[in-house]
Amino acid sequence: MTGAPTDLLSVAGSSRPARRFRSPLPLAILAALAGVVVAALLAESVRVFDRSLHVTGTGLAVSRVAELAVVVAGLAVPYCGIRAVLDARRAGALARQGHLADARVVAEDSRQWGWYVLGLSLTGLTLAFLFGFFGAQDGKVRTVLFNWHYPGGHIADLAGGFWINVKLFMVTEVIVLAWALLVAVVRLIPGRAGAPMRWLAVAYVDIFRGIPALLVLYIVVFGFPLAQVPLLSSLSRERQQFWLAVLALTLTYGAYVAEVYRSGLESIHWSQTAAARSLGLSHPQTLRYVVIPQAVRRIIPPLLNDFIGLQKDTALVSIVGVLDIVNRATILKGQDFNLSYMSGAALAFLAITVPLTRFTDYLVRRDAARMRAGGS
Amino acid sequence: MAAFVEFDGVHKSFGANHVLRGLDLQVAEHDVVCLIGPSGCGKSTLLRCVNGLEPIQAGEIRISSERVSGRGVDVNWLRCNVGIVFQSFNLFPHMTVLRNITLSPRKVLGQSRAVAEDRAMTLLTRIGLADKAREYPDRLSGGQQQRAAIARALAMGPQVLLLDEITSALDPELVAEVLAIVRELAAEGMTMLLATHEMGFAREVASKVCLIDEGKVAEHGPPEQLFADPQNPRTRAFLRSIIAAGRL
Ligand SMILES: Nc1ncnc2c1ncn2[C@@H]1O[C@H](COP(=O)(O)OP(=O)(O)O)[C@@H](O)[C@H]1O
Ligand SMILES: [Mg+2]
Repeated sequence: MTGAPTDLLSVAGSSRPARRFRSPLPLAILAALAGVVVAALLAESVRVFDRSLHVTGTGLAVSRVAELAVVVAGLAVPYCGIRAVLDARRAGALARQGHLADARVVAEDSRQWGWYVLGLSLTGLTLAFLFGFFGAQDGKVRTVLFNWHYPGGHIADLAGGFWINVKLFMVTEVIVLAWALLVAVVRLIPGRAGAPMRWLAVAYVDIFRGIPALLVLYIVVFGFPLAQVPLLSSLSRERQQFWLAVLALTLTYGAYVAEVYRSGLESIHWSQTAAARSLGLSHPQTLRYVVIPQAVRRIIPPLLNDFIGLQKDTALVSIVGVLDIVNRATILKGQDFNLSYMSGAALAFLAITVPLTRFTDYLVRRDAARMRAGGS
Repeated sequence: MAAFVEFDGVHKSFGANHVLRGLDLQVAEHDVVCLIGPSGCGKSTLLRCVNGLEPIQAGEIRISSERVSGRGVDVNWLRCNVGIVFQSFNLFPHMTVLRNITLSPRKVLGQSRAVAEDRAMTLLTRIGLADKAREYPDRLSGGQQQRAAIARALAMGPQVLLLDEITSALDPELVAEVLAIVRELAAEGMTMLLATHEMGFAREVASKVCLIDEGKVAEHGPPEQLFADPQNPRTRAFLRSIIAAGRL
C-alpha cells in the first residue's frame, strides 16, 4: 500500500475550526450591572430588617455591626463585575495589538470574574430574601414562627415526645433491616418451586410501596384495635399503639428497603456466584458468605437515605394519636396560638437528619474515590 | 487406558444458539487436555458443563464412569471433585486470600478452621504466596490473584482441574508465574482440561490437544502431531490465524 489515496491517515482527515478572539466585554458589562443591582437589593432588605428590630443597647450595637458587615460584603459583587470589565477591556486592547495569546489569557481572567459575579449574586439574593422575609411586617415571621421562648418553656415535654420518635426510628430500623433482607432473598429463590414465594414477595413490595405510609398507619394503628384484631391486645393502650406504629412503619419501609437490598444483590456480578457455586457452596451458602456481604457494603448509602426518610416519617404517628413531638407541639400550639413549637420540633428532626445526611454523603464520596482508585 | 472424564454426544444450546453439537471427548487420568479454537467456539461452555454450572440438553458427561450431567446429580458433591479456575480470577474481594481459600473447605467439607488454614498455608507456601495470606485480593497483582485462585481450587482436593484461559487477563510478564504452577501440577499427575490461547504452552504440557469447531472436536491428537501436521482444514486455518497474531 504505497502512496495509495485510501491510506488510513489521509482518510481520517484534518479539518479544524479557525482560531479567533472573542471579546468578553458585553458579558462583563452585564455582570457589573447585575452586581450593582444585587448589592442595592441586599442593602435595602437589610434596612427593612433593621427597622423591624425593636432592641436597644448592646443588642442594637451587635445587630448594627452585623448588618453593616453584610452590606459591605455585598459590595464584593459589583467589585467582581468591575474587575471583569477592566480585564475585558485590557484583553480587547491586547487583541487589537495582535497579541492574541495574551489576549486570551486576560479574557479568561475576565470570564472568571464574571463567574464570581454569578455565584455571589445567587448568594446575595438569597440573603436579601431572608432579611426581607424576617424583617417584613415588622418582623411578624419571627414572633409567630421563630420565637424560641415558646418551645424553650416546654422543653422537657417536647424532648419526651422526641424520645418517642427516636425510639420508633431505632426499633423500626433494626426490624426493617432483617425483614427487608428476608423479602429480598425470597425474591431470589431459584427454580419453579420457588415461584409462589417469589410472587408473594413481589406482591408485598408492590402493595406497600404503593400505599402512602399515612394510610398504612391509619389502618394498622386505628383499624386493628377497632376491628379487634387480636394483635398485641394484651398491652396497655399506649404500648399497643407504639408497637402497632412500629408494625405499620415496618410494612412500608420494609418494602422500600427490600428493593434497595435487591438492587444490591443484583449488582454483584454473576461470576462471583459462579465461583462460589464451583467451590461446592450451596445457594444459601453463596448468598450468606459471598453475595450478601458484598451487596450490603454497596447499599449502605441508599439504605441510610431510606432511614433518613424513616426518621422523618415517624412524625406521621402523631396523626394516629401517638404522643410524639409533633403531636405535643400541635397541642401546645393550640394553647398559645404560636407556631414556634413546630419550628422547635423541626429543629429536633434536623439535629438527627442533617448529621445522617452528611454521613451518607461522606460514604458516597469515599466509595466514589475508591472506585476511581481502582479498588473494590 | 480407561477414560476418566468422558463426553458422550453432548449437546448444549443457549436458546437458538446451538453451541455444542454432539461433542465426544475422552480424557484419561493424569491427562492434560488442551482445548483450542476460535473465540466463541464453546471452550468455556464445555468446561462449565463439566462441573454443572451449565445444564446440557442431550448426551452425557461421566467422571470415573459415573454420570455427572442431567437430573439426580449432587452438583455440590460434584463440584468438590472438579475444580475450576476462571479467566477473571473471581476471588472474593471482601475476604483475605486465606479466607478465600479456607471458605469452602470449612463450610462444605466441614474442616475445622485450624486444619483448613494449615492446609491453605501449605498450598500458599508451595505457590510462593505465603506472605500474601492476610492481604485482600485487590492488593495483589493479576498473576498473584490467579495463583491464589488456583490454590483456592486445589484446597478442595479435586480429582480434575478445569482451567479456562487462566492467563488471558494477565499482563505478559505475569503469565509465566501462573503457567509454572500448571506445569508443576501436570508433572504431579493432576488431570486437567484447559482452554488456552498459549499455544507454546499447550505444545509443552499437553498430552492431547483438541480443536473445537462447530460444536464438535474437529481434530485431536498429541501436540507435536497436531501443530506440525494438522489434517483438518479447520485446524490449519485456525493455526494460520494464530501465527498471524504472533502467538505461535
Ligand atoms: N450464559 C450464556 N448465555 C447465552 N449465550 C452464551 C452464554 N455463554 C456463552 N454463550 C454463547 O456460547 C458460545 C460459546 O461461548 P464460549 O463457551 O464462551 O466460547 P469460548 O470460550 O470458546 O470463547 C458463544 O456464542 C457465546 O455467545
Ligand atoms: Mg472462553
